[in-house]
Amino acid sequence: MNTTEFHYTTYLKSTPEKVWAAITTPEFASKYWGNANFSDWQAGSRWEHRTPTGTTVCTGLVRESVPPKRLVLSWVTPADFADESKHSRVTFAIDDIQGMVRLSVTHDQLEAGSDMATSISGGWPRVLSSLKSYLETGVALDTWAGQERSCHGK
Amino acid sequence: MTTDDLVFKALADASRRLILDRLRDEGGLALGQLCEGHDMSRQAVSKHLAILEDANLVVSVRRGREKLHHLNPVPIHDIALRWIGRFQADHLAALHHLKKILEGDQP
Repeated sequence: MNTTEFHYTTYLKSTPEKVWAAITTPEFASKYWGNANFSDWQAGSRWEHRTPTGTTVCTGLVRESVPPKRLVLSWVTPADFADESKHSRVTFAIDDIQGMVRLSVTHDQLEAGSDMATSISGGWPRVLSSLKSYLETGVALDTWAGQERSCHGK
Repeated sequence: MTTDDLVFKALADASRRLILDRLRDEGGLALGQLCEGHDMSRQAVSKHLAILEDANLVVSVRRGREKLHHLNPVPIHDIALRWIGRFQADHLAALHHLKKILEGDQP
């Protein structure tokens, strides 16, 4: 399989603990992401990305979980969950750098040219911009309004 | 300089915008690959990349001995959202689409 990958980085005036909570706490994520992530966040556990009405639009397995530093997830549509060859990988790296938090999101092991690869390239920048705004100003960006979304931000 | 200043400064150069175009089309390029097809010297490209990395517009990843470069559009997105609200975004997308059609490019 020909694969592609995306790297996104943002600097936040926040703490690693808050950024970790923003990703893993449903009440928190729904504020800026719209959807929320559900799991016990233990390595090997399943995680689910659910819309406000409770539909799981994306899922996968927790590969690594080192709060508040590093979270590695496999990432797949619910229909393809059983087929591990369809899982892509998302790595959240949270680093404290001179009083700022650097959040790096790497989405790799993506099939080149797939719907997932095309659409996540629009989705992640929006999620990260909204997270930055929410953590720094308390106001999320309502960039999702009026859009029917799947797990990859389309 | 603020982060925004770094981004605007980095974008205010046609060669650097070309490098970003190149990385949008194909992520994960090494310095040598980025030099191909340009009139710029290796040293010039290297200098431009450093400015783009300082502005967080380019993220580099080490793969063995190679340093691979990827476009990071998040700072541009932050700037766009600062002035463009969600209602405007739909209108602007429509205008952009129209412009592309009128100018004969594929939308």
